[in-house]
Amino acid sequence: MIVYWLCFILFLVGLYGLITRRNLVKIAISLSIMEFSTFLFFALVGYIEGGVAPIVNPADPVKIYVDPLPQALVLTAIVIGLATTAMMMAVIIRLYRKYGTFDIREIKNLRG
Amino acid sequence: MNPLIPLFVVIPLAGAFLIMILGRFIKDLNKYLTSLILLILVVLSIYSLLITGKNLSLYKVGGWEAVNKIPIGIYMVMDGFTVIVLCIINVVGFLSAFYSISYIKRFTAENYFYALFCLMVAGMNGVVLSGDLFNIFVFLEISVISSYALVAFGVEKNELEASFKYQVLGGLASFLILFGIAFIYWKTKTLNIADIRQVFASGYDKKFYLFVQILMLSGFGLKAAIIPFHAWLPDAHSSAPSPISAMLSGVLIKAVGIYVIIRLFFNMFAISEGMAILITTLGTLSMAIGVFLAIGQWDIKRLLAYHSISQMGYVVLSVGIGMIIISRGGRPEIAALAIAGGIFHLINHAAFKGLLFLNAGAIEYTIGTRDLKEMGGLAKMMPATSATSFIASMSISGIPPFNGFFSKLIIIIAAVMGRFYLLALLAVIVSIITLASFLKFQRYAFYNKTDEGNKRNIREVPFPMIFSMVIMSILCVVLSLLVIPGIREAILTPAIDILMDPVKYSTSIIGI
Repeated sequence: MIVYWLCFILFLVGLYGLITRRNLVKIAISLSIMEFSTFLFFALVGYIEGGVAPIVNPADPVKIYVDPLPQALVLTAIVIGLATTAMMMAVIIRLYRKYGTFDIREIKNLRG
Repeated sequence: MNPLIPLFVVIPLAGAFLIMILGRFIKDLNKYLTSLILLILVVLSIYSLLITGKNLSLYKVGGWEAVNKIPIGIYMVMDGFTVIVLCIINVVGFLSAFYSISYIKRFTAENYFYALFCLMVAGMNGVVLSGDLFNIFVFLEISVISSYALVAFGVEKNELEASFKYQVLGGLASFLILFGIAFIYWKTKTLNIADIRQVFASGYDKKFYLFVQILMLSGFGLKAAIIPFHAWLPDAHSSAPSPISAMLSGVLIKAVGIYVIIRLFFNMFAISEGMAILITTLGTLSMAIGVFLAIGQWDIKRLLAYHSISQMGYVVLSVGIGMIIISRGGRPEIAALAIAGGIFHLINHAAFKGLLFLNAGAIEYTIGTRDLKEMGGLAKMMPATSATSFIASMSISGIPPFNGFFSKLIIIIAAVMGRFYLLALLAVIVSIITLASFLKFQRYAFYNKTDEGNKRNIREVPFPMIFSMVIMSILCVVLSLLVIPGIREAILTPAIDILMDPVKYSTSIIGI
């Protein structure tokens, strides 16, 4: 059970960073931490105590396999996460060129 | 197996690919190819709308059949509610793409624009058609990542800032949704929406169920910009290029937000009174607060974006009233009427809000500003824009005979019949404030006299832009025909049936 709570704490660490940090890159890193805590949780969902990788061999007496589906899903989600992070970094670089700073307090054209 | 279903995703994906490869060598291919693709999709979706009716058709990706009545492949489902949203996506998408032919000339990198546009349409079609929870997440990410890029398309200060805000909140929403999916998979060991319904029907843990519902509501609520989650919407929708604003406001928040919320809370979770009251409260808050935030705006596109929040509030409110009545075991006709009002307003909002954003784009295209105070007297110079925007403004404020009047009327009648008198009164008041806000828009943009000197050389916008705006304004009038009994039963009733019946969706998918 403790691993699930650790996952949740990791999520909260990311959320704390997202709320308190002022630097654009650190915000992106906080988002990545949250993202990976979610992935870790998803991968743990498929874990079964004492299970092995699901390569089915009729001759093998092992009967307990871990659930392979969450692993496939997490792989897909990691690829999506990569695209999101790359997109965000591209925007951050452009923002730095326009404003000359990473400080989010300086970037406030849009109000109201 | 319905062979038409995957085409809605495959055609725009292939189009995006072709535009990127061939667009470099063949000039002007991108714009005509995009319009052609969207036109094909419009024809396909209208054909599907006509043939679907009360039926429900499936496509099993990869041909994986169910084993012992347990679905194992990815299912794509087309039913009465799906085809309505598909029609909205593709019609608004086609008109926006056609409008872009002239509008997007002032940007560089047109290839990227059209490729991202096709990707966004593919993602939204996928979300709407998907019958599988994780597949919804994947398509949702396709459409929102391309919308992040499209919001930042101008690469100026405001656009980049809006896109950054949108990405942070959109990313947060994605993780909440993924967390919700992980929890659901943990307990049910399946991702198929119909199958999850069946597993939950055989018993569940109350606290866990509530937790998952809250995760899903906040995740998709962030995508739909219901009021406590709305912070990104005015920036993102006002900074994007105008055809994209029309797509975002007219379609994206519905397809990836409202549609999925309605689908999950009616067809996957059992309706509970607590959640129904929560959803109604959120809808009421969005409706009331959105309009008050809108009234003080002087930037046209920001004003329209805040009105999107308010109008989406109407949809959520009305669907929520339907849920409350169902959960309390009230008369099903009233619940059906409330849900019909919600779906009808969803359709109408796509037409008039898309048109208003296209009008805003036309104004920006000719005079180069979005500030209402710097406009004035445009009615003489731009007759088509002025006329179409007048129709759209009257439609959004609920003036007969335009479509907005009928959907708001149905919502208010349903609220009164369900004895939610306060909500009905609030809906009327919000509608009046909306009217005031749009009269201000009309007066300052088109009728007010300003200095004549520098306004001489203003001309009407080119043909593709006028064409899109005129078709949209015709839709604004024609859509009010949906209240006529014969047409209503053919189009709206199948959608309501699939939502109202607690077991029809899951049993018919498992049965095929």
